[in-house]
Amino acid sequence: MAYAAGVDVGSTQTKAVIINEEARITGRSLIDTGANVVLAAENAYFEALKDAGVREEEIEYVIGTGYGRYRVTFGNTQVTEISCHARGAVHMFANTRTVLDMGGQDTKAIQINQEGEIVDFCMNDKCAAGTGRFLGAASSALDIPLDDLGDTALLSERPVRISTTCTVFAESEVLSWLGKGKKIEDILMGVHQSIAKRSIGLMRRVGIEHEVTFTGGVAKNSGMIYALEDNLGLVLNVSEESHYMGALGAALFALDHIQASRIPTADSTEVVRSHGT
Amino acid sequence: MIKTVDPEIVGRGNREGAQLFRRWFAELDGAALNGGQAAYVFVMGSLAEILRVFDLPMVFPEINSLQTAIRRVAHEYLNEAEDYGYSPDICGYVKADVALQLRGGDHPMGHVPKPTLAVLTNACNTYIKWAEIWERMYKIPVFTLDIPGTRSAGGQTWAGDRDFENDRRYVVAQLKELISLCEEVTGRRFDVDRFREVLKQTSRMNQGWKRVLELNKNQPSLFNAVTDGTVYLGVANGFRGTAEGSQYFEQLVEEMEYKAANHIGTLTEEKYRLIFVGVPCYPIFRRFNEMFTEWGGTFLTSTYLLFASGGTNYGFEYDLSRPLDSLAEGLLISVRNAMDNMFYQDQTLIEMIDDYAIDGIVYHPIKSCRTVSTGLADNRRAVMAARDVASLFIESDMMDRRVVSEAQLKNRIDAFFEGLASRKQRQSELTT
Repeated sequence: MAYAAGVDVGSTQTKAVIINEEARITGRSLIDTGANVVLAAENAYFEALKDAGVREEEIEYVIGTGYGRYRVTFGNTQVTEISCHARGAVHMFANTRTVLDMGGQDTKAIQINQEGEIVDFCMNDKCAAGTGRFLGAASSALDIPLDDLGDTALLSERPVRISTTCTVFAESEVLSWLGKGKKIEDILMGVHQSIAKRSIGLMRRVGIEHEVTFTGGVAKNSGMIYALEDNLGLVLNVSEESHYMGALGAALFALDHIQASRIPTADSTEVVRSHGT
Repeated sequence: MIKTVDPEIVGRGNREGAQLFRRWFAELDGAALNGGQAAYVFVMGSLAEILRVFDLPMVFPEINSLQTAIRRVAHEYLNEAEDYGYSPDICGYVKADVALQLRGGDHPMGHVPKPTLAVLTNACNTYIKWAEIWERMYKIPVFTLDIPGTRSAGGQTWAGDRDFENDRRYVVAQLKELISLCEEVTGRRFDVDRFREVLKQTSRMNQGWKRVLELNKNQPSLFNAVTDGTVYLGVANGFRGTAEGSQYFEQLVEEMEYKAANHIGTLTEEKYRLIFVGVPCYPIFRRFNEMFTEWGGTFLTSTYLLFASGGTNYGFEYDLSRPLDSLAEGLLISVRNAMDNMFYQDQTLIEMIDDYAIDGIVYHPIKSCRTVSTGLADNRRAVMAARDVASLFIESDMMDRRVVSEAQLKNRIDAFFEGLASRKQRQSELTT
């Protein structure tokens, strides 16, 4: 049995996924990236190997992705997280046409065609508004754990309007609402709605086409799923593996390399294959 | 198969272009130190055809400014202009020039003389406000040539059309005013024979430039429209109307024809043929291009080559029997072409896709310039709707290093090429 690995070195967290030659996830890991990106990549990889019960020698190909992909020093090659999230989303939901990936400081919208190829993409530039960082600021201001934000927001009956678009100043606006006596759940839903609207603006730049798959760490947030669906007027695809989608996509590309190397006439130097079928 | 490469010919355009540049700046340096006259002009309609008749050294502030970025000192100039009071929003070219004036013309390539006269067209609205700065600083005359552009998409007029002939008369009247002004400023009479000679040289250059651009349809492509193209643009503007300028382009044609005959491309392995839309990222000029060439991508053409050469890619040939009328016609067509390549470039791009066998289009809007950047996203959508061609939309600036993020650019560029590789592989699978 052959195994492939993907390591997604994000700005806040590093994820690793091991898949077998049937493209099934056999192991995964998630750790905080910290200051030492090389070490984070290595640790995530070895944690995933342990989780899979697989030895390092059994991994035939490793692809690094994420902003720290060039620091995956043990990897065979690198692929951008844009391609990896698209690949992972289509693998999980074959009819995906639009991907929204919301990470720690990065949000991207990706348009995909019927062949599963990326047609267009758009990312936030120079500003972390509309990313997970906004939620982090709210968590800090309200002293509520990040994992509890979504469920708390869903209790809202009268969400407030968050007007600021700056993640840094969001904290002061949240405190201002608290000072006015607004309920925490109403403030939190306001935060979620603000992020959703901003992200949807990004999605409109590439075009929103059904089916929409939501990936990245923020996709675990039930409040964000609600806010996006409420504003989009459609149901999102959300996988249990949403947080690992980038690493999964990388592992799938790694598997492509393994399979290509076994076909004598195939050009195994191609980094990215058509992945629609 | 490459035969023995003639080192005299291959690369000659870049070598001689650099020499011409240094000579030009040496002359400007001399004019600055001697307190000589100089005309400040712009790339979209420099009116070199008139100004050369009066032997006025020509200064291109746009070129001066971009040189500060290429030489990695633009931030000093921008900071100085902003300290003086100019907003970060203002065009980086303008601010670098303001600082240049505040420094008494001190430039990385030498000294730039003060203006005696400024001549501009309406192709860029910033030109007008920019020239007013010199007007205030130096109390000089500023001449604005109003060139009617395309009234609506697809609404061009040509010689013989009633509107075009009205416009021609309008431009001729303005040219006569410009000539009177130059006579007053320089104390010299307008010499129509000299004028014809300048027009003849300009025609030669226009033909050469048009041919050079066409030759790059070759497979493999022969020059990089962004890096090499900037050198060619410098000569096209700085030596317009001169024998050296026209000879340069004739030799450039020779070099490109030689390269085409000997299959000498700009890359060892050309994998992706691209169009560049917009102004280059000068603060990280070489690195920006490398982010594409690392993937085997090269730029065959660019809207920048078209509008920053004043739209002269049409190869307009002047009729020397009626020089002023012909110059007016040439300006109407070329300056309009320059403007259309900023505002209505979708049809031009669609045609280029087949002409140049293009794999992808890179759109590069810049913070400094709303004139070039506004509408680029919509323009891209129009091209995507018309043709199934890969495209990339990346934002930075042509001057301001503070808004150029190499990491962000690289991420997007890498994703673009990953998509291109996938697309090419699928296409080859479909044809086998």
